[in-house]
Amino acid sequence: MSAHSTYQPQSKFMKWMEARLPIAGLVHSSFVAYPTPRNLNYWWTFGGILSVMLMIQIITGVVLVMHYTPHVDLAFTSVESIMRDVNYGWLLRYVHANGASMFFLAVYIHIFRGLYYGSYKEPREVLWILGVIIFLLMIAAGFMGYVLPWGQMSFWAATVITNLFSAIPVVGDPIVSWLWGGYSVGNPTLNRFFSLHYLLPFVILGVVVLHVWALHVVGQNNPTGVEPKSKQDTVPFTPYATVKDGFMIVCFFIVYAWFVFYLPNYLGHPDNYIPANPQVTPTHIVPEWYYLPFYAILRAIPSKLGGVIMLVAAIAILAFAPWLDTSKVRSATYRPLYRQFFWIFVVVSVGLGWLGSKPAEGGYVIAARILTAWYFIHFLVILPLLGLLEKPKPLPASISEAVLGKDKAGAKARG
Amino acid sequence: MKLKTTILALAAAAAFGSAFIGSARANDAEAPPRLKWSFHGPFGIYDRAQIQRGFKIYREVCSTCHGLSLLAFRDLADPTGPGFSQGQVEAIAAEYKIKDGPDEKGNMFERSGRPADHFPSPFANDQAARATYNGSVPPDFSVLAKARGYERGFPWFVFDIFTQYQEHGVDYIAALLKGYEKPPAGFQLPPGSQYNKYFPAKSINMPPPLSNGQVDYTDGTPATLEQYSQDVAAFMMWAAEPKLVERKSLGFRVMIFLLAFAGLLYFTKKKVWSTVEGHA
Repeated sequence: MSAHSTYQPQSKFMKWMEARLPIAGLVHSSFVAYPTPRNLNYWWTFGGILSVMLMIQIITGVVLVMHYTPHVDLAFTSVESIMRDVNYGWLLRYVHANGASMFFLAVYIHIFRGLYYGSYKEPREVLWILGVIIFLLMIAAGFMGYVLPWGQMSFWAATVITNLFSAIPVVGDPIVSWLWGGYSVGNPTLNRFFSLHYLLPFVILGVVVLHVWALHVVGQNNPTGVEPKSKQDTVPFTPYATVKDGFMIVCFFIVYAWFVFYLPNYLGHPDNYIPANPQVTPTHIVPEWYYLPFYAILRAIPSKLGGVIMLVAAIAILAFAPWLDTSKVRSATYRPLYRQFFWIFVVVSVGLGWLGSKPAEGGYVIAARILTAWYFIHFLVILPLLGLLEKPKPLPASISEAVLGKDKAGAKARG
Repeated sequence: MKLKTTILALAAAAAFGSAFIGSARANDAEAPPRLKWSFHGPFGIYDRAQIQRGFKIYREVCSTCHGLSLLAFRDLADPTGPGFSQGQVEAIAAEYKIKDGPDEKGNMFERSGRPADHFPSPFANDQAARATYNGSVPPDFSVLAKARGYERGFPWFVFDIFTQYQEHGVDYIAALLKGYEKPPAGFQLPPGSQYNKYFPAKSINMPPPLSNGQVDYTDGTPATLEQYSQDVAAFMMWAAEPKLVERKSLGFRVMIFLLAFAGLLYFTKKKVWSTVEGHA
């Protein structure tokens, strides 16, 4: 998607085609000749994993829709008939439901990798913001998908989350009725969630194309955070990155298959096998694991509106990371203090996730408040201050020097 | 590095500490004991004799109040489950009365069941059930084994990923059936309710459904409450997850394939990268 094209069409047909629609050249420059830093580690394979996950979700989803009925009286039984009577229906559904979890697992690793190696810094701000938008769209798509089986958790998650909008002053209640298509969560709600759940993945796909485009304009970051300077700092995407990504995708599939085949309901909640019942509220309404940190933040704030604002802010603040982080050094490898704070941030995020699964009472609330405060302090205080206070380690002159050592890289460069 | 270790240790300590806060909370139901199940683990299969015994208990006892509406009689022929013959399935189906119609005169009529029919519900609607059963609707058995569970707590839920523990529902159901006791002094039991130490609220509307010797076993299996509760729970697991055996056996083949494929890709990757200096 940028000017690396060295593609030379060989056959007569490809020459004819290339003169009219240079799509082969585009693919060649983006996924074959595209130079990738030679020192990328395995944390850089999660972009590829995520693209594969998106395709799996779309394909299994399209087939599931052929058997699913979006109606309050039929949704639950239609999902069960997929499980019992559709050929390999159980496999499709478990691949799709656990696929959502694996998608989020991969995206969290991808985001934390970006935070560790400073991948959001100039000139990759737009690339990063597009990533935050994809994450937001994923949250919306995942939530609406969880509502579709119309179990108890589906129904009550829909009720709790849509009710959050009622916290908005003045227009809150009309907005909630508008979202529901009525005066409570009901058939119109299920229908529109179904419609949007089918739409959003394609919106995500569109933003992913922009994300990849932006990536191919600015190039990949790398573990040193030093931009490639010469040809010996990079290797062509194919075969080097393709085979490495391929290997990790298959390794990721092993974890994925472990859940699909052996623990298909581990990541779900038993209550979602109880058909939705507006008259009975479950004892604990718990979202899927991947929303738990944000759920903990929501409940940590005593006011409803405040909780909603903090919930949105917790995601939105990611988009401001490029400007909140004042350090000129990208990679945490050369930032001794930031590295420590990064790991504290990881522990805080996981801790918030655990607290989100607990009832909002007693010690849990206090702990959630402390961790929520730290979550924001990390972005608003630590990131700006560290850039000013921290003394980074000396950076290597180039990627090759970091990989090969000073003497060898120097000798190579001289010729 | 040292600081990182300290942080991790602190986090672990905090997590353990809070786990104790959690477990100290009062009026929580007791955690059911873990039982051995033939369908546990990567090679798990249903024990046909046990599923058949469980179905016998369901038919003779539970079906008076509990439906099985998502299952058709033909499902009983599932070779990985009860494995009844076509003739047996037809005979079982014929015992049930199914409402059908309308006929050519526009009337609804009753006929005996056929293998393609679903199990009929024991009550007309939820209101009718509430009126009969002290205000409760006896839950349908179709997916109940997956719709029940209990909190494992930290760190057990992490270990469960590796031990493939998925039997929370059946452990709970088997325990519940044996969990009836005299209420402790001071426990206010609502009228018509029973005390059960495994039930979340501890007061349950279902009277003890099974007792020793209640159902005849023809295969020499001891006719005890202990055995009944496990057999009917196993039957309910099959009803909730009839494709479990197919899933696990396909899963094993998928795993072998993925491991071999990952191995090949690993060596391919090594070979490709071997020409790049400084990389393996």
